[in-house]
Amino acid sequence: MNAERAEHARGLLHQMLRVRRFEEKCVELYSAAKIRGFMHVYIGEEAVAAGVLATLEPEDAVVATYREHGHALLRGVPAGAILAEMYGFEQGCCRGRGGSMHLFDAATRFFGGNAIVAGGLPLAIGLALADKMAGRSRVTACFFGEGAVAEGAFHESLNLAALWRLPVLFCCENNLYAMGTALARSESQTDIALKAAAYEIPAWPVDGMDVLAVEEAARRAGAAVRGGAGPHFLELRTYRFRAHSMYDPERYREKAEVAQWLERDPIDLLRATLEAAGDLPEPTWAEVQASVDAEVQAAVAFAEAGTLEPVEELTRHVYTDRDDTDRDDTERNRPKRMPT
Amino acid sequence: MTLHDTAPTPLRAPVTLTMAAALNAAIQDAMRDDPTVVLFGEDVGPLGGVFRVTDGLYAEFGESRVSDSPLAESGIVGTAIGMAMYGLRPVVEMQFDAFSYPAFEQIVSHVAKMRNRTRGRVQLPLVIRIPYAGDIGGVEHHSDSSEAYWTATPGLTVVSPSNPADAYSMLREAITSDDPVIFLEPKSRYWAKAELSLPVRTAPMNTAAVLREGTDVTLIAYGPTVKTALATAELAVAEGLSIEVIDLRSLSPFDDETVGASVRKTSRAAVLHEAAQFGGYGAEVAARLTERNFFHLAAPILRITGFDIPYPSPKLEEYFLPTPDRILAALGTWEWN
Ligand SMILES: Cc1ncc(C[n+]2csc(CCOP(=O)(O)OP(=O)(O)O)c2C)c(N)n1
Ligand SMILES: [Mg+2]
Repeated sequence: MNAERAEHARGLLHQMLRVRRFEEKCVELYSAAKIRGFMHVYIGEEAVAAGVLATLEPEDAVVATYREHGHALLRGVPAGAILAEMYGFEQGCCRGRGGSMHLFDAATRFFGGNAIVAGGLPLAIGLALADKMAGRSRVTACFFGEGAVAEGAFHESLNLAALWRLPVLFCCENNLYAMGTALARSESQTDIALKAAAYEIPAWPVDGMDVLAVEEAARRAGAAVRGGAGPHFLELRTYRFRAHSMYDPERYREKAEVAQWLERDPIDLLRATLEAAGDLPEPTWAEVQASVDAEVQAAVAFAEAGTLEPVEELTRHVYTDRDDTDRDDTERNRPKRMPT
Repeated sequence: MTLHDTAPTPLRAPVTLTMAAALNAAIQDAMRDDPTVVLFGEDVGPLGGVFRVTDGLYAEFGESRVSDSPLAESGIVGTAIGMAMYGLRPVVEMQFDAFSYPAFEQIVSHVAKMRNRTRGRVQLPLVIRIPYAGDIGGVEHHSDSSEAYWTATPGLTVVSPSNPADAYSMLREAITSDDPVIFLEPKSRYWAKAELSLPVRTAPMNTAAVLREGTDVTLIAYGPTVKTALATAELAVAEGLSIEVIDLRSLSPFDDETVGASVRKTSRAAVLHEAAQFGGYGAEVAARLTERNFFHLAAPILRITGFDIPYPSPKLEEYFLPTPDRILAALGTWEWN
């Protein structure tokens, strides 16, 4: 690799490692009951978010799923604000109201995780249509799992995007399973790119474990989208190394299959490539790791220092013009801490 | 014919079951007894469902009667309609309360209306099981109490058990019912245990049960709030207050007879639910009881409920849910003389 390309690849390695270490910490904190609710980690799939997000501009938009810690982090939402959100604290990026599955940050145009499978697709269409109407050449990158492909909202969205030639980059994270249901048990056509092609959307499969391949594909597709060529679709073939969520007996796949995919860990793959080319000297790798560890540590410290929003404020923000009011005017039905 | 008309089956030896296991046994027994009962939904097969309610059924009955559906809630319910029209008895699962909303159109526009639309020529003997309500450290979409959407829809029978015995008996009855049943399973009670001799039969599904007798106040609860009501009644003893606790069991139809009799006896009543108050199910209960029993009431019927907000984050849910303290405080706002 030439020096510039090596530097760039090291940057991607750094980004993937940020997600990996951050989520490993999340799992630990979940086990310690610091994080509650439902949590889904992206471990194994980091190359997808890292590759695609590296190609986006600040004015572009990102829409994701409930497995979105990595997307938020790489989009620039501070790790501390993400973690505090997962703790349910008011210092979080949604004041603690979103939690792990509903991270949101308008400043970085990160328009949400979404706990409803396929829930993000139609709204991505709306963002893109608004951009198009305003004559802005921006891209809306919309991430969703292959499980979402079975929902009606997926098909409505693809049709609308193609019909109106909207600037959407569809990023299907095909990790082969929707919870415990394997792709072949849920789709008659398992070649997902073909489904998009049926809507006249240019689509192609990409090795989602190879961050450089993901980036290359996203850059090409994104340039076309930005240039007014209408929606494009990437089927990113990847694998989740961990359970679907924190409760999952994993009865639906063989250990050997997981082991096979672990061989293709996207972080190990890129690291090996760089090392083989002599582009990742040990001290550099140590530095990358140290900086990631420091970031995670700082995020934990930030979250640990967080506070719950006052119970009395729970009725705020439900409506624009009714802040601080409740639909019930009697004292009885307003949230408050009961004297103990 | 309903389950209650059939000859009782000999009881098996008592076993301790959680509500999830009791539901599982109900589906299993129904499938053994009736080959037209079929089961499908997201991950109900080999995985056995998120709450393990369908555990082992795929192994016993095989792919033809127990199948995993793709993520397509609207398709799941619509398919059940067609199968029911041809005489099968589908039992389908919506994985969590809020995931039933993509199927809303099928449920409200077709499941609820088919019988009326065909002047009774088409029956839909299907059951839609929905884990609902909170208190499990979940978040929005995973803790919703969606009962008012269903009870506001004529044509749907809506029931909710609060304990393992009712869970078994009511689900068996729901499966034999020739009308479609929305079967709401309170998530926080899935792990509640009881010793049961199966096939246990409790009161008919469309009746309310007086779980504790009292003379001063009637607390009307269902599903997840029944436990809260019982705990409140226990605490109230120390305050010299005698609380009668009613478990509605059936939200639609509403058992006017049982609940009305209790309210006329105590002259005071409060309804409990986790769902938001405005336009909630409690409003119907309060209005209905008031219309029928106004001259027996000593005080307005209260609603003690979740607040008018989306379900809060896990660490704040204890302030959202009606608790015995909040209930007793609310009862204290009545004039007592
Ligand atoms: C409408 C809806 N139905 C069901 C669920 C429950 N659920 C959450 S994630 C999931 C699997 C989704 O699989 P996929 O889209 O492939 O994404 P992955 O989890 O593999 O990233 C299911 C069934 C949901 N969140 N929303
Ligand atoms: Mg998947």
